[in-house]
Amino acid sequence: MNGMSKIVKVTACVLLVPGIVFGLYIIMHGHLTPGGGFQGGAVIATISALLIVAYSDEIRGIMSRDILSIMESIALTAFIMLALLGLSATFFNNFMVNEGGLFGNMVSGINPGDLNTGGVIPLMNMAVGLEVYSALSLILVMMYFGSKKEVLEDAG
Amino acid sequence: MNAGLYKILVFAVLFAFITAAVVSTHPFGEPPSEMDDYFIKNGQNETGANNIVTSILFDYRGLDTLGEATVLFTAVTGVFMLFAGRK
Repeated sequence: MNGMSKIVKVTACVLLVPGIVFGLYIIMHGHLTPGGGFQGGAVIATISALLIVAYSDEIRGIMSRDILSIMESIALTAFIMLALLGLSATFFNNFMVNEGGLFGNMVSGINPGDLNTGGVIPLMNMAVGLEVYSALSLILVMMYFGSKKEVLEDAG
Repeated sequence: MNAGLYKILVFAVLFAFITAAVVSTHPFGEPPSEMDDYFIKNGQNETGANNIVTSILFDYRGLDTLGEATVLFTAVTGVFMLFAGRK
């Protein structure tokens, strides 16, 4: 099994770039426009679904389940660590907002679109986006390759 | 008692509950608490985020988001356990 035809493979490769850029845009602008970590991660996971369908066995080395599960664990741990860092006040305290520095520009009234605001919200969006992407991709990889092997064994 | 009487009884009780719920709804545009007014007025100054939904999800109610992420993690763990024996 070597996946689908060459036309489908090339089309999947062409769609790879705008799809990932759109997902990263949704994650990065989560605190300014509708969207966020969950939605952007789901958008990137659709691209990995497209690649799995188009390339089948050839993509197995790149989308290994060990790498994906490690990525998911790191992302969830980073989310909890970011929440614990604000523990000087409360759990999930936004300690970086309006302080200057990284994501800390002052906001008074309506934010005209300054990306460098929001405190820990963009960082948490990135962590949740990575978590959702690797979780959905891991489900796809496990179910696709796990069930395909069974069918092949039965047929042979 | 026959089965038709039970159906009519269940329908009457549900209809009474729904009618009571519709009659006791608060009028549109006048929420029962002032919490959402607080979020809309102070959300941008306190969190620096234009998106009030994101500022509630990741700042005011961050613990709920942690629960959501944990549910997703648990679901993936279940799928992993189900398919782990196969290469």
